Amino acid sequence: MILVAVGDFPQVLLERLSRRTRIPLGAGRMDPAVARDNVRGQYDSTRLLVELKGHYDGVVIGATGHDLYIPVLTYVFGEAEMPGRAAIFSIHRLREEFYGLAPDEARLEERAVRELWHEIGHLHGLAHCRDAACVMSASHSIEQVDAKTDQFCPACRAFVQWGRLQPAADSQPA
Amino acid sequence: MQPEKLSILIVDDEQVVRDSLGHWFTEEGYAVETSGSAGEALSKLASRETDLVIADIRMPGIDGMELLERIKVEQLDTAVIIMTGYASVETAVRALKHGAFDYITKPFDPDDLSVVVRNALEQRRLKLENRMLRQQIEESHALDELIGQSAAMRRVREQIETVAGVDSTVLIEGESGTGKELVARAVHRLSPRRFNPMVVVHCGALTETLIESELFGHEKGAFTGAQFRKKGKFEAAMGGTVFLDEIADISLKTQTDLLRVLQECEIVRVGGTQPIHVDFRVIAATNRNLAEMVKEGRFRSDLFYRLNVFTIQIPPLRDRHGDVPLLATYFLEKYSKQMNRKFTGLDRPALDLLISHHWPGNVRELENVVERAVVVGREPMIRAQDLAVTRPPEGADDLRIESIERRHIVRVLESFGWNQTQAAKALGIDRVTLYHKIRRYNLKPLEKAIRA
Repeated sequence: MILVAVGDFPQVLLERLSRRTRIPLGAGRMDPAVARDNVRGQYDSTRLLVELKGHYDGVVIGATGHDLYIPVLTYVFGEAEMPGRAAIFSIHRLREEFYGLAPDEARLEERAVRELWHEIGHLHGLAHCRDAACVMSASHSIEQVDAKTDQFCPACRAFVQWGRLQPAADSQPA
Repeated sequence: MQPEKLSILIVDDEQVVRDSLGHWFTEEGYAVETSGSAGEALSKLASRETDLVIADIRMPGIDGMELLERIKVEQLDTAVIIMTGYASVETAVRALKHGAFDYITKPFDPDDLSVVVRNALEQRRLKLENRMLRQQIEESHALDELIGQSAAMRRVREQIETVAGVDSTVLIEGESGTGKELVARAVHRLSPRRFNPMVVVHCGALTETLIESELFGHEKGAFTGAQFRKKGKFEAAMGGTVFLDEIADISLKTQTDLLRVLQECEIVRVGGTQPIHVDFRVIAATNRNLAEMVKEGRFRSDLFYRLNVFTIQIPPLRDRHGDVPLLATYFLEKYSKQMNRKFTGLDRPALDLLISHHWPGNVRELENVVERAVVVGREPMIRAQDLAVTRPPEGADDLRIESIERRHIVRVLESFGWNQTQAAKALGIDRVTLYHKIRRYNLKPLEKAIRA
């Protein structure tokens, strides 16, 4: 499993996420231009998953600063194959600036690490969890992202540990 | 993690919508199915239970609105959310009017979508839970009103439980006042048709023309006074039960019509030409011996055999005297509560009087006697003098309720100079019933002698 930047993404944050999750960084940076919808000014996340799989072998998670969408929704925070080998998440709507507030890098990192674990859970085949504190609980708004923790609940953790993507098991948050 | 997945069917002719919504709802933890057309969706819905349908309004062939209508007509038990490409008040109103839970405009805000879906599923869950609880209550109380510990009443309750689950016709035999309608209601309440109505037709109270219109409905202008089209009881049952009380009182012509309905499950409204398919179960009741009437040529044998698939015989109260105290106590509690009186029971002489009475009017008579006692009695106990029970007159013929009724009707008719309208009013019955009774007892003004 590797973590790669897709288009704009702060290198410092990318490295911190890699250290915290113990997921190694992939080589280079993927250009997302092919997935851009010029009318919406957003990037088609499903298309980016296809691109990621084309560019990298094995399990790959894209991290982007661009706003993501799927055709029927106005936006998504991220998307993952479930189970599968490609996932992507965006920090576009995780930034305080998006909501008209002053930048807060520490808060951004906490939110990003949650979304990263969340997509990893999906890669393992996990659906959304009813436990509001579990990192797998649904997050369709920034309030929901903030309401949860970066931890899997015991049931989801067991699922990830005994699931098909064993490498992730040794890098779960404590 | 979710213990069991709720199911969502996404209906849209655009592959990309099906794929992206399908994936999104899978992440949400739902069991997702997709259909490219409403036709495909309908066959999927027919084959498995689906909690929620999310359908696009614009599709080639059957569109989303028509799909919604069909789902409601078929009474498929699923919530529906309509998706539209652009917001329009007319569309929204139409969708909601046709029974959609909500409508949403593409593209959706993910937060809005998850809230709408969660609310739709929550409403459906409450509906199902409500139905299940109601069913449990109905089942636990269905036999409550059929009071009695006698072997005969236990057998009646067993028979009700046996026949309720199967869809066969039931014939209930019993004297007037034994509780035939209560038995019919118990069968209905324990049957799979319990969520649909039970409609009651008192055949004896209707003339031949009226009963036809009552049973089969009529078209506008079918006869004088038919100003509007009217649905008959078989249509009104809508998959429920039709209870035909006093079935022996219908004419041979109506018997023929009824037989055809039972055989073909089709009715033609009076004055109409189109056969209409109807789904119902028949429970018939009679206080007469239908087999005898068949022998005498007054009741069609083929209809008799159609009705006589499963017979429940309710014993007259005089054959289960042991149940009288139980019944009396039940009615005492019922009416004390209704009239806010504080009776604790019946004293010994009162009970003895009730037990020794012959009860020609059966349980209904007992109920009336107790009701009256609750009105006139002095708390806390009902005493013998509170009970308006007359000692039976001598002579076997006099014990029959028919002969008592016959004498009473003649007396009232005499006092009104045989004016049937006034007599019916005094008797508290409608004129048609009185007319029927005059014919049944073959009453004529000459019978003045009886009064003397």
